[in-house]
Amino acid sequence: MPIDGGRALIKALEMEGVEVMFGLPGGAILPVYDPIIDSPIRHILVRHEQGAGHMAEGFAHATGRPGVCMVTSGPAATNVVTPLCDAYMDSVPMVCITGQVPFAAIGTDAFQECDTVGITRSVTKHNELITQAQDIPLMVRQAFHLATTGRPGPVLLDVPKDIVDPRNPRSQMEWYWPSDEEVAASLPGYKPTTKGHPKMIRQAAELILSARRPVVYAGGGILKARAAETLRELAELCDIHVVTTLMARGAFPDDHPLALGMPGMHGNYTAVTSMQQSDLLIALGSRFDDRVTGKVDGFAPDAKIIHVDVDPAELGKVRRPDVPIVGDCRLVIEELVVAVRDLLEGGAAFPDRSAWKQTISGWQERFPLTYQQSEPGEALKPQFVLERLRDATPDDTIVASGVGQHQMWTSQYWKFNHPYTWVNSGGLGTMGFSVPAAIGAKVGRPDRMVWAVDGDGCFQMTAQELVTATSERIPIKVAILNNAYLGMVRQWQEMFYDERYSEVYLSPDLPDYKLWAEAMGCVGMRVESPDEVDAAIQKANEIDDRPVVIDFRTDSREKVYPMVPAGLSNDQIVTDPSQGEGGH
Amino acid sequence: MALPGTDARHHTLVVLVENKAGVLARVSGLFARRGFNIFSLAVAPTEDERFSRITVVVDVESAPLEQITKQLYKLVNVVKISELDPRDSVERELMLVTLRADITARSQVIELVNLFEGRVVDVGHDELTVSLDGEPDRLDDVEGLLRPFGIVELQRTGRVALPKLERTAPSLRSMRRTA
Repeated sequence: MPIDGGRALIKALEMEGVEVMFGLPGGAILPVYDPIIDSPIRHILVRHEQGAGHMAEGFAHATGRPGVCMVTSGPAATNVVTPLCDAYMDSVPMVCITGQVPFAAIGTDAFQECDTVGITRSVTKHNELITQAQDIPLMVRQAFHLATTGRPGPVLLDVPKDIVDPRNPRSQMEWYWPSDEEVAASLPGYKPTTKGHPKMIRQAAELILSARRPVVYAGGGILKARAAETLRELAELCDIHVVTTLMARGAFPDDHPLALGMPGMHGNYTAVTSMQQSDLLIALGSRFDDRVTGKVDGFAPDAKIIHVDVDPAELGKVRRPDVPIVGDCRLVIEELVVAVRDLLEGGAAFPDRSAWKQTISGWQERFPLTYQQSEPGEALKPQFVLERLRDATPDDTIVASGVGQHQMWTSQYWKFNHPYTWVNSGGLGTMGFSVPAAIGAKVGRPDRMVWAVDGDGCFQMTAQELVTATSERIPIKVAILNNAYLGMVRQWQEMFYDERYSEVYLSPDLPDYKLWAEAMGCVGMRVESPDEVDAAIQKANEIDDRPVVIDFRTDSREKVYPMVPAGLSNDQIVTDPSQGEGGH
Repeated sequence: MALPGTDARHHTLVVLVENKAGVLARVSGLFARRGFNIFSLAVAPTEDERFSRITVVVDVESAPLEQITKQLYKLVNVVKISELDPRDSVERELMLVTLRADITARSQVIELVNLFEGRVVDVGHDELTVSLDGEPDRLDDVEGLLRPFGIVELQRTGRVALPKLERTAPSLRSMRRTA
């Protein structure tokens, strides 16, 4: 069947099962936008290309399916660099299509030309400049295959205008759809390992059976591998506590007796300290990030390490594992469960871990997350807002956050009992992530309530996407924890720079967030005291035909605790001032 | 300076890649991005036109070799990586060098070059350009010997390498291993 490259590209996306894409047209990508009019794919027109990228990420976080965004060349391509890098750091499956100037014009500094493939090479799992129309179906299939298998990540296809413009003879091609075998054969260097090595799995099972102070260190890979159920089976079978990293919140239910919550720089005392004092860390889809380990030399000094990851480069990158296992987390954990059962049936037994369990519950009692509730007339506490929001929303509410204090408080105070309910920017730490990511999540899961918890600094970076949300009828809800500061930077300046506050003050009412929200077609509200919180949340939850923004005016002096100061060992964790010096 | 190949700091990786536009940029970009140092690099197509072979000598003090290899493998266009131990591989490098060689020194230079099985490839009024190939260590030696004459310009290709071949017949190999 003769077809032009533009139609072939859209048809290929349809064949890949794409139902929705996020984007913004422009000169070089114009010919690909024409066939969208006749396509069943829903296109969501963003107000800034960065928004398209984060929406694709939010969609992928909430659904597990690859997010798709499409933008034009030059400045549009550079605007998606941040979301691409964000998706790369957090292993988010995403396919990004960028327009490019006609093939013959590449390298001439043509209008809106930039070296997109060169710029995005180090922030994508793979990228390609498509040089002829005939390659389009194969390259689209490769892109989705690469984005979703192995360690997931963003893949970019750069499409010169001439090969998609039906008026140009270079766009003419014969339609075809490559088979799985043809796709695999076209990628001779790409063979991700999924099944763990049986000998290593056996060794891991033996270590688990001999450990007295084991902790499961679950990372975002659990969610990527859809391994939450299997993780629970392993934890319950072996009766081992589980910490869930920032990227793994929801991978293990917070209301489970074995759940310890989030470890790391702002992790809770028990999660951090149990890892420090463990004799075995079972790292599943986690990567020993510096925000988790603190000073690497002082991290979990007595622990043996079982490290399971689909990316071989993660094994030994930071900490040398005693048992390295390359493979898909779900398959490996399933095999681990079988191996442990075999050993138990063969007469092996777990050692007595009652002292360890007592130690853990002692820490939990002594060092719970805590904050000082405000006295009447004092400013609202952000943690209080989060507790009320958490309790007033359904258990399976999807929460997206930006980056900073509000993100840490949300991760700490929310109860994540379901996988794929937490959407955030972990590795790159992209301020402005939450509003577009929440929109993408809501598009992917229209059946769920979606709240964006944002900071005032973050909100100002991408708020214009609420115009997208209103016009596309995507009723997300936004809670701005407005402390009038770049709060996390302020916290560091207070603690480590002698309270010298340099360029962190933003003002609580410039802009006027309520008016701004209303100007964008949302319902805007403002909350200044604790007794207004519940009513505002209830009103927001009842609105389902447009986005809602609540400007919560919160206490700017509030700090995130616990905290492991940067560069120090996790043993030097600083707890809330009301809890004294910590456990040491 | 320590000689590459004889020093544990340097390792030779032979990287088989797809012969496509931009692949060298991916490989060299990865080295730069991850803070790995390249000591030398040579790239050319192989007997199979779909693939190119990159011979790269890496400075392993800058990063563990294992991490370099694993990160390289993550590039979709990288098909195979072999680490070559200098003792188990054949390595060659080509050097072109222009030397000061006026009438009084010319015959000495030519004698020395002949001794190392090099060839004079260009002759100027009081300069000579000679071509030498061989094991990289040997080229280091020649370079040292030529230096006193006065080196005007010198260009080395960086090494290329292939594994040494098995000399034992396949049927005898298992016997040797069990012996």
